Amino acid sequence: MSARDELPVQGAEQTLTRGHVGSPDPRPNARRLLQGRGVYIDDLRLPRLAHVVFLRSPHAHARIVRVDSSRARQAPGVIAIFDGATIAQVCKPWVGVLAHLKGIRSPTQYPLAMERACWQGEPVIAVVAQTRAQGEDARDLVEIEWETLPALVDMDDALAGNPVLHPELGDNICFQREVDTGGIDQVFAQADIVVEETFHFGRHTGVCPEGRAILADYNAAEHSLTVHHATQAPHMMHDIISRHLDIPEANVRVICHDVGGAYGIKVHVYPDEMCTAAIAMLLRRPVKFQADRMESFVSDIHAREHKATVRLAATKDGRILGFDLHDLTAIGPYSVYPRTSGIEGNQVVNLTGGPYRHSHYRARMQAVFTNKNVTCQYRAVGHPIAVAITEGIVDLAAQRLNIDPAEFRRRNLIPDDAYPYAFPSGIRFEKLSHHQCLERLLALMNYEGLRADQAQARERGCYRGIGLAAMIEVTNPSAAFYGVGGARISSQDGATLRLEPTGALTVLCSVTEQGQGTETVFAQIAADTVGISMDKVRVITGDTATTPYGGGTWGSRGAGIGGEAVLQSGRALRANILEAAAAILACDRATLEVANDAIVDRLSLRPLLTLAELGRICYYRPDTLPPGFQSELMVTRHYVPRDYAFAFTNGIQASWVEVDTETGFVKLLGHWCVEDCGTVINPLLVDEQIRGGVVQGIGAALFEECCYDDAGQMLNAHLGDYLVPMAGEMPDIVCAHVQTPTHTSELGAKGAGEAGTAGAPAAVMNAINDALVPLEARVTAQPFTPERILAALGRV
Amino acid sequence: MKPSAFDYVRPSSVDEAIAHLEQFGDRAKVIAGGQTLMATLNMRLSAPELLVDIGRIPGLSGIEVRGSLVSIGALTTHREIERSALLARHVPLLTQAAPHIAHAAIRNSGTIGGSIAFADPAAEWPACCLALDAVIVIRGAGGERRVPARNYFHNLYETDLSATEIITAIECPITPPARRSVFLELARRQGDYAIVGLALLARIDADKLHEVALAFVGAGPTPMLATTAMTALEGRTPDAETLHAAREALTRDLDPGPDLYTSAATKRHLAGVLLGRAIAQLMSGGDQTHGTA
Ligand SMILES: Cc1cc2nc3c(=O)[nH]c(=O)nc-3n(C[C@H](O)[C@H](O)[C@H](O)COP(=O)(O)OP(=O)(O)OC[C@H]3O[C@@H](n4cnc5c(N)ncnc54)[C@H](O)[C@@H]3O)c2cc1C
Repeated sequence: MSARDELPVQGAEQTLTRGHVGSPDPRPNARRLLQGRGVYIDDLRLPRLAHVVFLRSPHAHARIVRVDSSRARQAPGVIAIFDGATIAQVCKPWVGVLAHLKGIRSPTQYPLAMERACWQGEPVIAVVAQTRAQGEDARDLVEIEWETLPALVDMDDALAGNPVLHPELGDNICFQREVDTGGIDQVFAQADIVVEETFHFGRHTGVCPEGRAILADYNAAEHSLTVHHATQAPHMMHDIISRHLDIPEANVRVICHDVGGAYGIKVHVYPDEMCTAAIAMLLRRPVKFQADRMESFVSDIHAREHKATVRLAATKDGRILGFDLHDLTAIGPYSVYPRTSGIEGNQVVNLTGGPYRHSHYRARMQAVFTNKNVTCQYRAVGHPIAVAITEGIVDLAAQRLNIDPAEFRRRNLIPDDAYPYAFPSGIRFEKLSHHQCLERLLALMNYEGLRADQAQARERGCYRGIGLAAMIEVTNPSAAFYGVGGARISSQDGATLRLEPTGALTVLCSVTEQGQGTETVFAQIAADTVGISMDKVRVITGDTATTPYGGGTWGSRGAGIGGEAVLQSGRALRANILEAAAAILACDRATLEVANDAIVDRLSLRPLLTLAELGRICYYRPDTLPPGFQSELMVTRHYVPRDYAFAFTNGIQASWVEVDTETGFVKLLGHWCVEDCGTVINPLLVDEQIRGGVVQGIGAALFEECCYDDAGQMLNAHLGDYLVPMAGEMPDIVCAHVQTPTHTSELGAKGAGEAGTAGAPAAVMNAINDALVPLEARVTAQPFTPERILAALGRV
Repeated sequence: MKPSAFDYVRPSSVDEAIAHLEQFGDRAKVIAGGQTLMATLNMRLSAPELLVDIGRIPGLSGIEVRGSLVSIGALTTHREIERSALLARHVPLLTQAAPHIAHAAIRNSGTIGGSIAFADPAAEWPACCLALDAVIVIRGAGGERRVPARNYFHNLYETDLSATEIITAIECPITPPARRSVFLELARRQGDYAIVGLALLARIDADKLHEVALAFVGAGPTPMLATTAMTALEGRTPDAETLHAAREALTRDLDPGPDLYTSAATKRHLAGVLLGRAIAQLMSGGDQTHGTA
């Protein structure tokens, strides 16, 4: 952009400081959603729509000896029944590995189990019927003779190869990785203190308000497939459906309507969804699959289930020397396609110790196969584990050295003036603000006041505790995350902006919306950069036939990457608008500016031409424009971060709890989060993200766990027994922000979607353990149930 | 999660409803508020041929005083009980317990008759009925019978009620003003079924407890009347020694099974903690309508 294009009123630095960016604009789509006028997959009614239900394996591990569908076929409303072999003829199988996760392995996975089912909930038979109810009736009539096989449910057994789940792989290790900066044994041997702890993390899942859903509509006349899909990544699914079902890319279209929450659950390839698309082709008609709550629990990806042993070495004046980590995680029978199930453990290795200056690091992680549901990327992937390990061991060191936990962090957090900063392990930070965040947090929560309250409470036998959790977070991932590993997942995104004849602005963006408000953010950026009021902006996302190509929404990338694409596109459109205005007004373009839906004189701000008038002339009376002039009122720009692999963000959380030492109940008295996502585009939406994330993190810390028995049966696959966090138990969550914009984009926004989930479990754990210090009890296994706390106290 | 197909009738009298039940036996199911049954139907844990909806039968709902007792119609919702001024005055235990039952939306539909019929040992009303020495009024083809709650709960989900009978009312003796009540429970989330809970009634006279009634939620295959502990407390000042004896007695009275997150041993421990707290609350004034542990 030349200097001539940029006028002082709306120069590169100023544009974003006025208007909508930074202001708490309410989201335009909220009214529609709150009035129940959203459109989800289950709301779609297509002619000849058929419904598919899945018979899922009731066993964790069993061989399919014989299937008899003859009675089911006779049931009312049944259209067809498919088994694995039939579907495999039209849908190619997949293997969930990535080249940059060296050595990762996984067996080939098919849409429906072939000879063997490897987890309870794996789809085995598809029953297609006129209605869902008829499908379920018929499913009950399918008879399967099973030969049950030993179920591998324990991760230590898995590591020991006892037994080996996929004999062709030789052992149960899916992926392992080691990082060693060298010299660690010596440092630990000579350190003033070394603390060690083993942390356990329960397996849990993201519970989307809208279950997974897909409606695939095959048109035999043009060999085309239109897929209405509750997904976060429509272009990724477009590519996968095209390749696995052998339909030319041009003949596939993936459309997302409203998506009712996703949290990473809806960014993976699911066998039942691929099977539904295959069935649409086989039956040449629209077919719908809507997961119900119980099947969601045994087929949506799970996450976490880690056991991590960590050691920390420090000097006696409280300086951290190094971390030494071993993380073991169980991922189910397959590595999930295409992102793999190796990423979470990989993140744990990347992030442990991350906020702190230290010179030595050794980490070893192993991901092993088991006969439970598959695990994969769920909100904050690996962060909750890494933060809990780090902050748990840091607090233990502070306690051992008798240094206040806030002071201990002050001594060890990477200084705010130390950037750019790189760890020996290779992670690079552009600029973080740990100390600003820490001091802001301590002031916000009245740290000293709470410490005084804690001391008084203890005197009356009431045990309260403060837990701090500093964190770093991976956001705005570049191609280094998936692309370099060979995954056909776009890290770049695009935005198209079109000025309409009435002066309205249409924004088409490849980043999608699942309820978090991305469309609002894009409208704000577009309005500001073009110079248009927000009520004239309409945002369209989630349609591979109309939007630019891109990665969608995951990895805290929507605002930072999609937003920058909108910004660049808006800049370019504004330049084109000015060009057209200069042609219409026959004046020097440099004297013009766009403001408040009109072309104005840049010095007096006097309106000269409305955008509606400009649109009318350009679209309907181009004959009146100077010869040779062609207006371009539609512009597309793309953006991908390239300077850093990730835009790291940072933040810190605090939890304030009271532990009832007779019952083991934890009462959450308060929660605070100060984080730095760079430019805050919409404070309302960022705070919503933080609070929602904190609640999910508290869920992990206190409530949520997918409980399995020794036979690999999930015991709480419904919302009566799987405890999601509810409003009644949640504390007030106070949010504040430090803003350190990234210089890798003009917008300066980093991600904010996962910060809450990343830090909350560690903060709650540390608060509980702080409360229990006088009783010499500690808990390290999440979720911290009353029973686990009572056991730690020696009361049961 | 769709229920298997069933037929549906909505009789307008108890006799008509019983006629349907007589005809279908255990292939029919009564539906009242549906807050338990609908879930079991959708999960196909229950697949009746006929649903007999008693929801519109006149005369099965409402709360009224009859001499020394209060009669609560089977179709009276949890919410109506929670808000009843009559019950707050005459049977405050029910007012205290009601807010612990599920969430407002469920309390608006769920009925006391349904709760007693289903007899979940973790539910609040069954334990309250035991503590209050209430009477369950049951109608069948042979007419009406009155079963004391203390004889009604047989085993896990097994009661005195047969498949061809309908509960029409619950009769609770009026609690005299001198007799205080406390309801406490421990649930990890507001509205969940309790891990363990208790209903306690007693009259305090010169620091001594009299007419003690103590019933536990979630502490056995049925709601559990803690008779040994009741005896240990009866006529005594609840000092440390007495409380200890009462807690010890609970080992005989209670028979909790483990749940997903809590072992039987932990439940016993928690029952003892609740007992101590309930008595402390009783001594310090009782009647706290929203008693939580
Ligand atoms: C999310 C959730 C949480 C809950 N939490 C709690 C809780 O914390 N505590 C608690 O106590 N309950 C709880 N419940 C259950 C709720 O209280 C139910 O309303 C109650 O248990 C059953 O009453 P109903 O009228 O809904 O009965 P229905 O669901 O209609 O019927 C239940 C059973 O009783 C039979 N039945 C019903 N009425 C009669 C009658 N008059 N005569 C003979 N048989 C009859 C039915 O045939 C059926 O077998 C919860 C329910 C839900 C959905």
